[in-house]
Amino acid sequence: RPVLLSVICHPPQNYPLYIRSVPTENELKFHYTVHTSLDVVDEKISAMGKALVDQRELYLGLLYPTEDYKVYGYVTNSKVKFVMVVDSSNTALRDNEIRSMFRKLHNSYTDIMCNPFYNPGDRIHSRAFDNMVNSMMMQVC
Amino acid sequence: MADEALFLLLHNEMVAELYRAAEQGEGENGRCTTKLESMGFRVGQGLIERFTKDTARFKDELDIMKFICKDFWTSVFKKQIDNLRTNHQGIYVLQDNKFRLLTQMSAGKQYLEHAPKYLAFTCGLIRGGLSNLGIKSIVTAEVSSMPACK
Repeated sequence: RPVLLSVICHPPQNYPLYIRSVPTENELKFHYTVHTSLDVVDEKISAMGKALVDQRELYLGLLYPTEDYKVYGYVTNSKVKFVMVVDSSNTALRDNEIRSMFRKLHNSYTDIMCNPFYNPGDRIHSRAFDNMVNSMMMQVC
Repeated sequence: MADEALFLLLHNEMVAELYRAAEQGEGENGRCTTKLESMGFRVGQGLIERFTKDTARFKDELDIMKFICKDFWTSVFKKQIDNLRTNHQGIYVLQDNKFRLLTQMSAGKQYLEHAPKYLAFTCGLIRGGLSNLGIKSIVTAEVSSMPACK
């Protein structure tokens, strides 16, 4: 069951800082999915400007009828977007679990930002981050 | 935050060291301020990431500035900004009447001209934090009477 996570930089570049998927074939298709979902994310953020109470987004971003994937998004205060693509057949995955996965991602991302050897905007090459992502995805699949 | 005295001493030494290096011909005055400011910038980026991890989303610029004045300043300097003014067109003046990094210096006119050196790092801190929140800014500081600063 393919699960893809990616961390995407804040505007105006919006290029991915980190992409991981399990299994690793079809990764290119996921890149496309993630890219289009970014537009949906931006839409949601601007729409939120009016009705604003809630903190982070957690939503069913896109659902491709043919492919059956669910896309979840999460945006931090520093405009960093996390996108997760899950196979629809994976109905065991509940909202809470997705939320906690995003929290973990956010926590690890914060740790990376505070790493003095990391330049903001670079691709993420941290082993700790990889380990966290791996263990998270093992739980899901 | 850990004991403030530690950071105060480290910061003062940082400033002194940079200027000492400058005198030995490695750079001139303006560059030291820039170096200090860029240090503050990077630190500000990391700090703001940590501080905004659990806060609600900011509504607008004013909300962000209020966050900087209250929570951010409290976490870093253990007190809030005393006064925030704005012309609602993008200019904000933050006034701190007892700026922590300046309190240890004598309150007279003696060191007034050296004070800006000690503000450069903090300016960078603010600029870094704002930039990570999506706001491009220019931060300047002035000291009219120790230990207050704007």
